[in-house]
Amino acid sequence: MNSAVVTLFKLAVLAGLVLFPAIGSSFYVELVAKILIMAIFAMSLALLVGFTGLVSLGHAAYFGIAAYTVALVAPEYEAANLWFVLTASVLAAGAAAFFIGLFVLRTKGIYFIMVTLAFAQMAYYIFHDTALGRSSDGIYLNVKPDASLFGWAPFSLDEPLHLYYFILAAMVAVFVLLAYVLRSPFGRVLAGIHSNEHRMKSLGYSTFRYKLAAFTLAGALAGVAGFLYAVLFGFVTPEYLSWHQSGNVLMMVILGGLGSLAGAVAGAFAFIGLQEMFSDWTKHWQLLMGLVIVAAVLFMPTGLAGLPRRIFRTVNWGEDDE
Amino acid sequence: MSEAMLVADRLTRHFGGLTANLEVCITLARGELHALLGPNGAGKSTCINMLSGDLPPSAGRILLEGQDVTGLDSAARSHRGIGRSYQRTNIFPQFTVLENCRLAAQSRRPRPWRIFTDAMKTSDTVERARAAIVEAGLGGREQRKAGLLSHGEQRQLEIAMVLATDARVLLLDEPLAGMGSEESGQMVELLRKLKQNRAILLVEHDMDAVFAVADTITVMVEGSVLESGPPEQIRNSEDVQAAYLGEEEHG
Repeated sequence: MNSAVVTLFKLAVLAGLVLFPAIGSSFYVELVAKILIMAIFAMSLALLVGFTGLVSLGHAAYFGIAAYTVALVAPEYEAANLWFVLTASVLAAGAAAFFIGLFVLRTKGIYFIMVTLAFAQMAYYIFHDTALGRSSDGIYLNVKPDASLFGWAPFSLDEPLHLYYFILAAMVAVFVLLAYVLRSPFGRVLAGIHSNEHRMKSLGYSTFRYKLAAFTLAGALAGVAGFLYAVLFGFVTPEYLSWHQSGNVLMMVILGGLGSLAGAVAGAFAFIGLQEMFSDWTKHWQLLMGLVIVAAVLFMPTGLAGLPRRIFRTVNWGEDDE
Repeated sequence: MSEAMLVADRLTRHFGGLTANLEVCITLARGELHALLGPNGAGKSTCINMLSGDLPPSAGRILLEGQDVTGLDSAARSHRGIGRSYQRTNIFPQFTVLENCRLAAQSRRPRPWRIFTDAMKTSDTVERARAAIVEAGLGGREQRKAGLLSHGEQRQLEIAMVLATDARVLLLDEPLAGMGSEESGQMVELLRKLKQNRAILLVEHDMDAVFAVADTITVMVEGSVLESGPPEQIRNSEDVQAAYLGEEEHG
């Protein structure tokens, strides 16, 4: 299991995702598209939880704010411009994360968990109970955005296949972006904060600014996921911002393994795959899911990402993560 | 005495009703090693924490090269040239020795917006880190994981990280703690080398080391400065013997 094998494995998974619509029914294509969106969401949270050590329990707020932005900005019976609404949603989610980050990042540990949850609940009730969210039942997005750029339309999101590949491309783009961010000097500062924030300060880093930048980036990327989710299902509801949603994405990150982007993707696949399977069997699927999470934490402390290494049991690859 | 780098001017710190430091005055000069001695609870840690910016003083001023830095936090003081090592080893155990020092060096050129640069290929920070590692005597161990180093090597790494920030004032909190005699001999040599163009404050319990390397010694008792002067004066001071060295024999 050296890095070449890991890269090969990732490329094989990517090839499988590219070819999947050729064999999968439209139901499964939509399911995989949903999983890919949740993978983006999970990776954005992994930046905070796994790489910076900030356990946010309110990450659904940014997902939901972006989803609502599309629904509110788009005209009711016409197609909005894709690039315009995408930018607007991501900016809205990023701005919300920046603003909330200014407050929550002054706290640590359990208090951070509590205040991120509290802000997300506030956002939930804004969309649930005020005129801004129009109705507690949600809003339909009647027409999918139009991908035209200066009069030229490279693809059409009305086509399920085009939508699938657009989502896959977004997932790959977010993965690559975060991989670059993590190995950059900025990413190393986040790793340093995760390891020993006090020492980072004494070495001269204003850690608050770095955490705020990470929190904002994570919020904006969660916004990409929320945007795609609204477009895929043509519908937004306050439930997108609920704490269940924040909890689910946190479980995806934990299931996948903290400190690994590929793990976050694997966690999204495992979580939603199991969710589908269990809800086929019983309406009490959350009981089974709970058991799986408990078992995963007990027997798979490094998550899905650590599984190949644990199976092959080959010693220390010389990487600097535990 | 040569030029004063860091001056503590009547530093006072209260914790509730307890006065941990009362009007402590210390001057650190370039080219000098100033040792801070005192029995447990004398207020040495409080003093070094105020100098490094980890703890705000209740009263008094801290001057760095004539400028008041009392209101600055530890990150800002680090940028002004004050570097600190910690009594309890305070490193990034999961990172390599090189990465520990590279992060320290990177704090001098953050450029956080360049997110498509590979941190390990920022040659200026890597070079600065390598030089600091060699200067602290850890050459050859760059790729070892910091958490796997021996205790003595981790103490050296602490100092290497401070050097990588180009600090001109070093505040070293018990760098010899827990070291064997051979290791502490090497550390004393290192301190001699380091003080040549820097100002050093050394908090240390190892008397032999302190008298071997210090130019000035300040003895604190119960939060106040009891006596300050060259090693000979401190060695022969009856007050110090009564208050501190005598106690050492009992305990």
